[in-house]
Amino acid sequence: MSMSDTRTTGSETSGSKTRTPDSATRSVDELTATPTAQQLSPDSADVLHRVAFMTGDELTIPIFKRLRQDGTLYREGDEVSLERDKALKIYHTMLFTRVLDERMLAAQRQGRLSFYMQCTGEEATVIGSAAALEDDDMIMAQYREQGALAWRGFSCDEFMNQMFGNELDYGKGRQMPIHYGSRDLHYMTISSPLATQIPQATGYAYGQKLAGKGRCTITIFGEGAASEGDFHAALNMASVHRVPCIFLCRNNGYAISTPSSEQFAADGIAPRAFGYHMQCIRVDGNDLIAVYEATCAARKIAVETNQPVLIEAMTYRLAAHSSSDDPSGYRSKEEEAIWRDKDPILRMRHWLEAQGWWSEKEEKAAGDQLRREVLESMKRAEKLAPPPLDSLISDVYDMPPPLLEQQLKDLKQHIRKYPHAYPKGASSMGFSAQEIEQSRKTHEQLQQGGEQS
Amino acid sequence: MSEQQAMSSANAEQAAGAAREGNTSPVSGTGSKKMNMLQAINDALDIAMDANPQVVLFGEDVGVFGGVFRATSHLQDKYGRDRCFNTPLTEQGIIGFANGLAAQGSTPVAEIQFADYIFPAFDQIVNEAAKFRYRSGDLFNVGGLTIRTPYGGGIAGGLYHSQSPEAYFAHTPGLKVVIPRNPHQAKGLLLASIRDPNPVLFMEPKRLYRASVGEVPEGDYELPLGVAEVISEGRDITLLGWGAQMEVIEKAAVMAERDGIDCEVIDLRSILPWDIETICKSVLKTGRLVVSHEAPLTGGFASEIAATVQERCFLYLEAPIRRVTGLDTPFPLVLEKEHLPDELKIYEAIKQSLSY
Repeated sequence: MSMSDTRTTGSETSGSKTRTPDSATRSVDELTATPTAQQLSPDSADVLHRVAFMTGDELTIPIFKRLRQDGTLYREGDEVSLERDKALKIYHTMLFTRVLDERMLAAQRQGRLSFYMQCTGEEATVIGSAAALEDDDMIMAQYREQGALAWRGFSCDEFMNQMFGNELDYGKGRQMPIHYGSRDLHYMTISSPLATQIPQATGYAYGQKLAGKGRCTITIFGEGAASEGDFHAALNMASVHRVPCIFLCRNNGYAISTPSSEQFAADGIAPRAFGYHMQCIRVDGNDLIAVYEATCAARKIAVETNQPVLIEAMTYRLAAHSSSDDPSGYRSKEEEAIWRDKDPILRMRHWLEAQGWWSEKEEKAAGDQLRREVLESMKRAEKLAPPPLDSLISDVYDMPPPLLEQQLKDLKQHIRKYPHAYPKGASSMGFSAQEIEQSRKTHEQLQQGGEQS
Repeated sequence: MSEQQAMSSANAEQAAGAAREGNTSPVSGTGSKKMNMLQAINDALDIAMDANPQVVLFGEDVGVFGGVFRATSHLQDKYGRDRCFNTPLTEQGIIGFANGLAAQGSTPVAEIQFADYIFPAFDQIVNEAAKFRYRSGDLFNVGGLTIRTPYGGGIAGGLYHSQSPEAYFAHTPGLKVVIPRNPHQAKGLLLASIRDPNPVLFMEPKRLYRASVGEVPEGDYELPLGVAEVISEGRDITLLGWGAQMEVIEKAAVMAERDGIDCEVIDLRSILPWDIETICKSVLKTGRLVVSHEAPLTGGFASEIAATVQERCFLYLEAPIRRVTGLDTPFPLVLEKEHLPDELKIYEAIKQSLSY
């Protein structure tokens, strides 16, 4: 069986057709009914008798935009569906995210925090999409989506407890800062390995389909993570198994130092959807209204037709990759300035002001209040004790196996001997600060004595 | 690591010089230079690329940026984008690509940004790289392949920037696994790994990247794979480890010395294949063995060593072989200090072994 006989099913004309939900549904149904029928007898396919390759350039993907940077709307669009209270709540979440990012990077620079990652420049993408969902839809994010969690109502203290890994951190101080999670808020705990959450989102959404409660999953990831095998597996399975999942790619231009021009040769991430027969849309990721409306529409497709959707949000990572990164080694200040002028928060603010919903005075008051809130919350979180020593062995399994119990017992015995070397574990075991200090002095004297003898 | 510790590490290096004779290929340069481990690795890559135009470097962010730890700094400038380049973000792609490139006859040196992120490439390493030669009757092999990857804890990296996955790969016939302990070792072992006619996983202790500083010979030299090194001789007990753990073991040996315990310290250097002769010879002499690694106890490589040593040295053992390792948990963050096998835990194991 020659590949060209069976697979040359498109022609230049059919390739440039815009896909409609109708045609998508029909062909998926046909394939599902008789999986191999179309391959074995491609009667319906267009046939060529001369070699002609397709490049994919027959199809260009437009970008959905609603707001200009000055806050005015493009004339061609519909009326904005976002009403005042929700718009203001969204804006407040954007401001909070920006303030949190600024303060926490500063805290990292002061040595108060080991690590941080900013969402700066991408607030419209992550908050606009989260705001378009129902609160009990699942969010499975990468690590730069703190704005989505803030939208759901994760409190400043909850952010801080995770970052400082204290006794109130839900993750029990096990993961690096910014690896948040909340079962109550339907926000899956962040995992550092890239793209692993994408196929998991496909599976989670399949379960939601079976449960039949009209819920969906959104998974958010960068354009770099979309190079992982997990991304491709996820999209293919989502289409094949027809799951209510929204794949939201934050195309922010960089994977650490690697520009998207070295990440893929094609026109971004969106065209990949067609390889899996999935609907897609590209949006201006700095345009909150565009992101919000696109995600609302995607959710409708996902939940009402059990079909996955890919959204590619075009944005820019204005911050460094992380507090460990220095972008001056791989990109120019001029390039950053171009994108600073497209600040999504400023764009939203201009629109709100044009609506008469926001003012300079309110902006200042909100900023002051948020900065105060963040600083006070940070001070509280820093003072809390670390997680207890026993948390070292819990949650490995539902119950610690006997060997692990023994290892903890041995560790405690060791710490009793050298409490000064393990101040966190020792204080968790009940050693006072004075006892720990005394142990340090005793061992220093012993060592000095050893050196003299 | 303090300046003083760096110095003592350098001194240990010099002291070990005699033990190394015969191990080292002739050094083509004359002098030596103070370097940290990253500089030594960068130097080795530079030398390998200069000596062999078929050496090609790639991985995430290794191009213009020179890698997130800067191990490949300036190499794209010097050798061009065809020989040193960024890849898309896909570990299975990177190693699959590297396998193909090696099969074609080139000498790929692929970087996996953190050992914690090597697992998407597990199939390409375990089922492909390690079995290429065997399954084809050596019609094809990927002997030119070297995979570099930073590993290990002690840097507040939590679950996914701290792991020591050497034991997973040690269970893979066909693969070599090499771990250096300092800049001098890193350069010589990396050059040997790149030139070894087998696929090599070269694991770099990232805690020591900048912290470990020492004299490194200039020019081209190799240190042998599959050969352990006796760093300091002793008669009472054998202490064995690799990579960043050697520094910790040496501190424990100093503590034990104050109690009059004379430790023989050995750096295994190659996890696979490993130098059974050197280890057993030492244990036959001392009658006691403590093995230490950061990875969890169960199924850790210390288990393999303990099993082999008891087979070969059973009647000479004065005490049970002790393993001082991380706990059988994922790698924690806030309680990292409690989790890690530090010098105090090793010291306690030494004393328990002596008083058995």
